[in-house]
Amino acid sequence: MRINNKQTIAIIDYGTGNLSSVKNAFAVLRQDAVITDKPNEIENASAIVFPGVGNFGFMMKQLIKRKLDVAITKAILDGKKFLGICLGMQALFEESEESPKTKGLGIFRGKVVKFTSGKVPQIGWNKILPENKKGKQKNNLFTESYMYFVNSYYIVPKDKSIIAAKTDYNGKFACAVKYKNITAIQFHPEKSGKQGIELLRRWLES
Amino acid sequence: MLTKRIIPCLDVKDGKVVKGKNFVNLKTAGDSVALAEKYSRNGADELVFLDISATDEGRKTMVDVVRKVSKNVFIPFTVGGGIGSLEDIRNLLNAGADKISINTAAVKNPELIKKAAKIFGCQCIVVAIDAKKVGGSYQVFINSGKKAAGIDAISWAKKVEKLGAGEILLTSIDKDGTKQGYDLELTKKVSAAINIPVIASGGAGSLSSLADVFKQGRADAALAASIFHYGKYTINDVKNYLKKQGVEVRV
Repeated sequence: MRINNKQTIAIIDYGTGNLSSVKNAFAVLRQDAVITDKPNEIENASAIVFPGVGNFGFMMKQLIKRKLDVAITKAILDGKKFLGICLGMQALFEESEESPKTKGLGIFRGKVVKFTSGKVPQIGWNKILPENKKGKQKNNLFTESYMYFVNSYYIVPKDKSIIAAKTDYNGKFACAVKYKNITAIQFHPEKSGKQGIELLRRWLES
Repeated sequence: MLTKRIIPCLDVKDGKVVKGKNFVNLKTAGDSVALAEKYSRNGADELVFLDISATDEGRKTMVDVVRKVSKNVFIPFTVGGGIGSLEDIRNLLNAGADKISINTAAVKNPELIKKAAKIFGCQCIVVAIDAKKVGGSYQVFINSGKKAAGIDAISWAKKVEKLGAGEILLTSIDKDGTKQGYDLELTKKVSAAINIPVIASGGAGSLSSLADVFKQGRADAALAASIFHYGKYTINDVKNYLKKQGVEVRV
């Protein structure tokens, strides 16, 4: 497996603990990654991974406390390759029903809403269904496959053209978005076995 | 559609898998990492490690097992057994566990669920309930099923959901180890009473017992140990059968 090893990857840590599985997944691909909560390390990295778990409001508070909100936004605007995972995807939107008083990063227009049917959280393996796109928007990153989800909330982007894949949980929701240097996914590639690792490989090579 | 999960359970004592020693074609019996890798390759949706060490020393080795597993296995795994404090939870999550399951400690100190869910997120807090039919109702038992807690299992399930549990691991003491099938009535009652996923455990035997626990028991996931460890069925056998029975699985 050949990977461009010149990338320096920063995995953003805002204090909720276990990020080792993301780092371990990159290690399988022989890609080093540094877990950091320091804005300057994000500044120095060539690619950013932002995995999030827990509560939306708590996350935003922690990001602001560490000035990571600014660092993430700057990295994205600088055109750095960015991967948001789970809550790290939801953070990119304007607001979430989980914490109505808290503003998100607002990189994308739209909001995060709660599942209204079925068991909540959705826990387990669900199929991702790539959106068919042509030309520049062509979808090489996502393939129809099962990925591991743990979520009570999902994103509703205003601009539907950024949606790269959907998943059905009592109705279809957007589980992946892609726009220029930004990729964001609701599921956990680091916990989705071989298919998940393959997705990370394609992202690294993209 | 969200698929139903098949979860092999590995009992670990002093860092070694104890139920896995007769595992077919596995040279490194007792090696938790090798077994976990094998199950992951064979299509397990998740894994549960149950620490049955009797000593603190034995329990400490679990953290090393977790660290090794998380470096090599890329499906979610839960660790349970003897977890009693926020510190225990933090240590296991930091070592790489995705979820932890609490049982006796949750009954003795329900606030632990609330605090743990708040700090680590409800997605990683599984509450294990060991239930047994006593008279006309299901009662919660603690201390590895030895002691009646004096609580009704259905109301306890509702309570832990409110406290912030993300999932319930529901074991039928009556069925555990019998291979006679899951307790469908218990599973169905709990699953209907709450809105978080239920992992059914205890009694896995024939292939049809697994279909029953999903179709009649309304379980979201099924835990099994010996049918996999002793090679009676592979995970693929189970999943292919379930698929034919119209149960959505990841194959």
